[in-house]
Amino acid sequence: MSEVVISARSVSKIFGSGGDKVTALDSVSVDIFQNEFFTMLGPSGCGKTTLLRLIGGFEQASSGQILLEGKELNDLPPFKRPINTVFQSYALFPHLTVKQNITFGLEMQGTSRKQADGRAEEMLELVRLAEYGDRLPSQLSGGQQQRIALARALAPAPKVLLLDEPLSALDLKLRKEMQVELKRLQTETGITFVFVTHDQEEALAMSDRIAVMKSGEILQIGAPREIYEAPTHRFVADFIGDSNFLVGDLVDAGAGKRAVKLAGGQVIALTQDVSDQRSGEVTVSVRPERLGLIADSEAGADQLAGTVSTVIYFGTDTTYQIDLGNDARLTVRMQNGVGANADFAEGDRVAITMSPDAIRVLAD
Amino acid sequence: MKVDASNPLWRFRGITSTAMFFFAYLYLPIVVLIALSFNENRLATIWTGFTMDWYVTALSNDDMLRAAQNSIVVAISATVLATIAATLAAMGMSRGRFKGEAGVSAMLVLPLLVPEIVTAIATLLFFVALGIKLGLLTVILAHTVFCIPFAYLPIRARLEGMDPALVEAANDLYANDWKAFRRVTLPLLWPGILSGAMLSFIISLDDFVISYFVGGAGSTTLPIYIFGMIRIGITPEVNAVSAMMLIVSIVFVSISFMIDRIRY
Repeated sequence: MSEVVISARSVSKIFGSGGDKVTALDSVSVDIFQNEFFTMLGPSGCGKTTLLRLIGGFEQASSGQILLEGKELNDLPPFKRPINTVFQSYALFPHLTVKQNITFGLEMQGTSRKQADGRAEEMLELVRLAEYGDRLPSQLSGGQQQRIALARALAPAPKVLLLDEPLSALDLKLRKEMQVELKRLQTETGITFVFVTHDQEEALAMSDRIAVMKSGEILQIGAPREIYEAPTHRFVADFIGDSNFLVGDLVDAGAGKRAVKLAGGQVIALTQDVSDQRSGEVTVSVRPERLGLIADSEAGADQLAGTVSTVIYFGTDTTYQIDLGNDARLTVRMQNGVGANADFAEGDRVAITMSPDAIRVLAD
Repeated sequence: MKVDASNPLWRFRGITSTAMFFFAYLYLPIVVLIALSFNENRLATIWTGFTMDWYVTALSNDDMLRAAQNSIVVAISATVLATIAATLAAMGMSRGRFKGEAGVSAMLVLPLLVPEIVTAIATLLFFVALGIKLGLLTVILAHTVFCIPFAYLPIRARLEGMDPALVEAANDLYANDWKAFRRVTLPLLWPGILSGAMLSFIISLDDFVISYFVGGAGSTTLPIYIFGMIRIGITPEVNAVSAMMLIVSIVFVSISFMIDRIRY
């Protein structure tokens, strides 16, 4: 991987004092690399915005270090950090024109008027609003304001661009457009983007890597595919996409392999390396679309079997609820492609097919 | 303006005439005062013909002009001092929370509620106790104090309506705290500051009780001068001076309201 740009080392942030202390961040460590689209994903109150504000310099860490290219940033005010922010409310200066908004940062850095104007033109081209330089922010639509906020933050060519849920105020269609736009801008400018969102789809669509956060901690960091296909925690599997959870005992399956034995006696083989896990009760997750159904009669000896309890037809796919007995249930989503033979009715006995690598043993 | 039909008051038949009566009650005396300022007759109550003479008399009255000058000097000084103090107070109150914030907030606007006569006597005793000679300076100081809440409220309202992320955005774009204030906060606050200043100016120009108590020789303001004129007898000249003050007040208050409505 390329060089580390931002590094957080055991960063904690505690708000308030005395009796009503709130720990917003609990000893968080993370490295963010150059030219990376890095997303911090989590529900509200998970600490993602706090971490972003610590990087931006709007809050001071209670303990730990924040480094930019190896140099400690902790005591630098925001105006001395080569980091710019796109705010959730955009925070465009309402009394300045679009162009004056974009040149603001450059002017404060002491760039000459002429150069700043040239750069503003360039930025307006980049966000495809070349004609709008002389307007006031109030004369622009939400999506346009969003682009100007981006142009303003990118104009001083920061080392890192922080984005605080910038798409949350846009309607769905615009949001999809801006996702593509943001990804394009990141690729074109080569600037490291640190993006904060609670929208898992947004995170999956744009990010190079995602950090999933919960109550002030980072649970898992990884590429979107990794996060989706190999979640390490129940929270991650639940928060991103749909998941089935099964509880069973971790047992030895011989030949150094291990398996999970459900309460009903069914055994699921594992390919995941769980050598560091002690035997005992564990939770496993599996995505509904990684499961398949076959008729019970075709099933092998050790295959999971159950009864179809609900069938829901969605057009592109059909969702089956399978009752495995002993309070264990699975949701299976099968695509309705050409030649798809799966056509089961409620009450049918079925067996479940799955690839062993789709089963993930979770940490909690 | 459309009236909300669900307002039960509008089902009361006499609403229009009642409203008209109250407006007449409020404004008729002022209309009469202005009308009589154009009365030719020396006795203010008997109309004999139209004239502008009383305005000419008033404007060539040296004592009156000196009082007007005092009033303006006091009003401008008090306005500038009060507006600066109010701006700083509003800025201080807007950033974050602190212990006793509600108390400080209440104390800032309390002068609006304290009976003026109490403030006047307290201020007078204060100056006497300190041995400060009563004059224009004491009047200016006293006016500054009661002008602060009038200036403070519109400035505070502006600040409340301002997105706190704007200052953060300025900081983020390499503006230090002073530059962020000058380039972002202040321009956005201007309407509030101007509106507050204009209100302060009018309140100061208008003040009688406090000026009367803490003023000394040579610090006679316009309201005190008018009061002195009335004791000799109400002549149309008093009406003319009052009418001119009214016009100044209306102009300032209107501008203040219009500025306060500026939105970006």
